[in-house]
Amino acid sequence: MSLTPAQLQRIAVLARIDVAPDEMQSVAERLNRVLGLIDQLQSVDTGGIEPMAHALDATLPVRQRLRADEVTEADRHDDFQRGAPAVEQGLYLVPKVIE
Amino acid sequence: MAWEIVVGIETHAQLLTRSKIFSGAATAFGAAPNTQASAVDIALPGVLPVLNRGAVELAIRFGLAVGGPEVIRRRSVFARKNYFYPDLPKGYQISQFELPIVTGGSIQIETESGSKTVRLTRAHLEEDAGKSLHEDFHGMSGIDLNRAGTPLLEIVTEPDLRGAKEAVAYARALHSLVRWIGICDGNMQEGSFRCDANVSVRRAGDAALGTRCEIKNLNSFRFMEQAIEFEARRQIELIEDGKAVEQETRLYDPGRNETRSMRLKEDAQDYRYFPDPDLLPLVVSEQDIERIRSEMPELPGARFRRFTDQLAIAPATARVLVGDKVLSDYFEETAQGASPEVVRQAANWIAVSTNARLNDRNIGIADAPVRPRQVRQLIERVVDGTISGKIAKEIDEVMWSAGGTPDEIIEKRGLKQISDTGAIEKIVDEVLVANAKQVADYRSGKEKAFNSLVGQVMKASKGKANPAQVNDILRRRLKG
Repeated sequence: MSLTPAQLQRIAVLARIDVAPDEMQSVAERLNRVLGLIDQLQSVDTGGIEPMAHALDATLPVRQRLRADEVTEADRHDDFQRGAPAVEQGLYLVPKVIE
Repeated sequence: MAWEIVVGIETHAQLLTRSKIFSGAATAFGAAPNTQASAVDIALPGVLPVLNRGAVELAIRFGLAVGGPEVIRRRSVFARKNYFYPDLPKGYQISQFELPIVTGGSIQIETESGSKTVRLTRAHLEEDAGKSLHEDFHGMSGIDLNRAGTPLLEIVTEPDLRGAKEAVAYARALHSLVRWIGICDGNMQEGSFRCDANVSVRRAGDAALGTRCEIKNLNSFRFMEQAIEFEARRQIELIEDGKAVEQETRLYDPGRNETRSMRLKEDAQDYRYFPDPDLLPLVVSEQDIERIRSEMPELPGARFRRFTDQLAIAPATARVLVGDKVLSDYFEETAQGASPEVVRQAANWIAVSTNARLNDRNIGIADAPVRPRQVRQLIERVVDGTISGKIAKEIDEVMWSAGGTPDEIIEKRGLKQISDTGAIEKIVDEVLVANAKQVADYRSGKEKAFNSLVGQVMKASKGKANPAQVNDILRRRLKG
């Protein structure tokens, strides 16, 4: 499969990546090369094979480890907020977003 | 033209765990901003999620309550739901997509036209996002990540509901169930139980569903009913004007009682779900399920059947009692060791009288000052003839305001019913002498006069005369 310019634009918006008009051609070419590899993978007949959800699915009889429902984390917001550009009343401040 | 309103409900129920779904931070409501947001919750680089066993077990509880072991997936998978918003610091929400922990099941609701089964599509585990505050930060938004990572169970119905009333009946039944099985506190003001409604309309008889809109911000049952009614009218008017309904997310504004467009529906693939490589598949063993099943309380449906079949309680009364687990436990405690007649009358008493007092005082049954032992003794005194039903109400009033046991109050206030025939005859005779006009009225065929005479006798006895005996003796005397 190969991407139309509209599809490429939509992917860029979803990923919040600004692709300039003069870059569209080369980005499309590079993405299409990756999609070509995926086409190749998809040509393998996988009928009857249960999809894996994780790379370890096939190698180990693994399952998700679970932790006990206990509070183990202390309040460290002073440390965490030292790296934040703007903080007020304990809140992280970000450019205004209203949906 | 008749229209059918089709509704499906999605509910986010906050699971009652102490810690978050993927971190050991606390989940308590109302903490100062960001004091319960750990490195995992704020998505610092290098952190990894570790799944909370408590959240998994509460989800299994729900599955067992709505469908039993067969609706619980033995292997479920966590996926990333990708979108950008400042209160979602990872850039994705960990959720379940293709393989949720609960698939199927159903909930029984009571509608105007009888009992109805609402099919559930699924229930899946996911984490909540943080909170954005948009007011008063010099043109910026404030972000509180305390809620980020709080465990949620998202419960989704099939489009089985018809109209706003049924949708509310379902939401109430679900609300009652999640509290009954102890997986969610159901607090709608604090956002622990949040419902969205998918609403569409179609002409009666049409097989295909209409285009749906998702209505958000339904944080009370009343708003849910109003929002669905408004939205259905909006859609019907659009179609009748020859326009099309556009699939979108709409926000309910209770102040104006209207819904307004929030955003056009993003297609499912816009979230670019994929299995989360940080989490292995969640495997649930038969032993886990069996153990959790054995710890489950009796479910409301089973309790309803036991109340009606074994205790001979009227269905309407039983339904009130099983509407709330604490209320129904209160009744069970009252009924403990009581005779069948006392049990039956206690059921009515609690469903009607106790419930009314709770509503008057706006408190829950857990805070009722009158406890089951007092209610049992009160009903026992009615059944054994010590007091009349009317005196029982008086004693109840005293217990609610000043406390005490029924026997103490009967003793102290001399409320024991007069069942001595001679004593009642004496009062009746006095009343007949003093009310010659009513006697004449009764004898000339005015049945109403009889009730007035009964009232006079009861009053003269200070309510203590046995009403059945008063009736008998009055009839006899008036015949003579």
